[in-house]
Amino acid sequence: MSRRVTIAYLVGLVLLLLAPTLIYPILVMKVLCFALFACAFNLLLGYTGLLSFGHAVFLGTAGYVTGHALKVWELPTLVGLLAGTVAAAALGWVIGSLAIRRQGIYFAMVTLALAQMVFFFFLQAPFTGGEDGLQGVPRGTLFGLDLANDINLYYLVVAIFAASFWLIQRTIHSPFGQILKAIRENEPRAISLGYDVAKYKLLAFVLSAGLAGLAGATKTLVFKFATLTDAHWHTSGEVVLMTLLGGMGTVFGPLVGATIIVTLQNELADKVGSLVTVIMGAIFVICVLAFRRGIVGESLALYKRMIGQKI
Amino acid sequence: MTEIFGVPIQALFGQLMLGLVNGSFYAVLSLGLAVIFGMLNIINFAHGALYMAGAMLAWMGMEYLGIGYWWMLVLAPISVGLIGIAIERLMLQWLYKLDHLYGLLLTFGLALMIEGLFRDLYGVAGQPYSIPEEFSGAFNLGFMFLPKYRAWIVFASLSVCLATWYMVEKTRLGAYLRAATENPQLTQAFGINVPLMVMLTYGFGVGLAGFAGVLAAPASQVGPLMGSNLIIVVFAVVVIGGMGSILGSVVTGLGLGIIEGMTKVFWPEASATVVFMIMAVVLMFRPAGLFGREK
Repeated sequence: MSRRVTIAYLVGLVLLLLAPTLIYPILVMKVLCFALFACAFNLLLGYTGLLSFGHAVFLGTAGYVTGHALKVWELPTLVGLLAGTVAAAALGWVIGSLAIRRQGIYFAMVTLALAQMVFFFFLQAPFTGGEDGLQGVPRGTLFGLDLANDINLYYLVVAIFAASFWLIQRTIHSPFGQILKAIRENEPRAISLGYDVAKYKLLAFVLSAGLAGLAGATKTLVFKFATLTDAHWHTSGEVVLMTLLGGMGTVFGPLVGATIIVTLQNELADKVGSLVTVIMGAIFVICVLAFRRGIVGESLALYKRMIGQKI
Repeated sequence: MTEIFGVPIQALFGQLMLGLVNGSFYAVLSLGLAVIFGMLNIINFAHGALYMAGAMLAWMGMEYLGIGYWWMLVLAPISVGLIGIAIERLMLQWLYKLDHLYGLLLTFGLALMIEGLFRDLYGVAGQPYSIPEEFSGAFNLGFMFLPKYRAWIVFASLSVCLATWYMVEKTRLGAYLRAATENPQLTQAFGINVPLMVMLTYGFGVGLAGFAGVLAAPASQVGPLMGSNLIIVVFAVVVIGGMGSILGSVVTGLGLGIIEGMTKVFWPEASATVVFMIMAVVLMFRPAGLFGREK
């Protein structure tokens, strides 16, 4: 990480640790779950150039697996989280290895269609509870701390988010991450340099799916239930919007985007009803037409221009 | 009663017919997607929403203005086409030089807006739309009853597909279109107004979706959500068929509709997912699609 990113990271961490004194912790935890989801998604879209339109399925799958592991099998909390993450990564391997056979727009359509297939499976499968979802998932305890207490859980969620965020940064700046960027910029050249592009894409996909799964598993822990909504294509669209609005291919973009979208939905839900969808759609359109680098991307560009003028 | 594989023959043919009806919608919608993709290199995510808009317009015409089915079968596709032209002129045309993914994202946003708007106005519940008098009732074919309206859906969809095929492959306008798809700069240099053709192509493509919507209105409940689940299946159809040829999309659409119908008879639990499973298999063995070419 560059020095500036490290400082921003540490400042953010301190703010997060202090946040529950000011803000309702459940809301912050929801934002963090979606931020992790968006960061995982950004690893794929922003850094590898792959637009997956079915990422919600990993969020949903992990939610169900974790919920099932904690509620029915009564496993310890950490094992439950791990089970959800591994399940999402495994599903990511299956969907990823099919989807990387096509490129560009087709990749998006294939991921969307496969995700829809899994969605229908969840709709019918007995263990998901169908339309009702999986309710009453116990949070359990961790190192003797009762996670039913929101504040205890809050610090676990912050730890999970901070660790995952750090892992994503390490990945982006590692040699592996550089190759991903090379694939994004010029795939034929990456191939001609001797890289097994399919293998790198698949690995990025699995990593992204696993982290999205971790977000879903954590979300189940926070809300004590797992629902079909999490696996629906609407949620897949939301994560695309969060990343696009914040700035794809930027470190903090998905975090900013997720914060804005989740807060917005929270504020608007009971005020405008189904017009929320219209507003989300409008933000999409505006972003694509006028604002393609997103909030963080455009701010960085502006900042660089100002520095440039001074010199 | 006669049975085939332990299934009453009436039920079998009934599902076969339903499969053909669904397949006709797949065919018209994937044809529209393919025409638009060929010219604009954009996957039109708003296709399902505009299909829904076609059906809603038909219903609104009846409800508010008393305009009947036959007039709306002409007026609704034209209105949807005009909406499409407005979308192309105001938004899509600024994206052609960028990565194709932005077109997908923009039309996804539009789909959300259109769907949300109708949901806000009419709620999620479907509105009933009655079958036109001419087509109420059914033919008795001896071995089954064939509802007249279902036969009309299949006939009308296939006629539209054939007409489109004829226009693109056999007329002068179609030749311009194919030339502009192959090499826009060169076609422009020959004095053909390529931006105009792009605009009309998008209008025509979404007009097809509007037409399918009006056809669907009497056959199902008219509601804001009718397009969104359908469009994902149509995406899978497009991936299976590849977007290389018009007849390819028609054959793939109809074939998958029939397979889906048969799955409803023999393995009902899988009927919602069978198209996606086929897509996965096709991706494994023929990634470019059945009628597609690797670029």
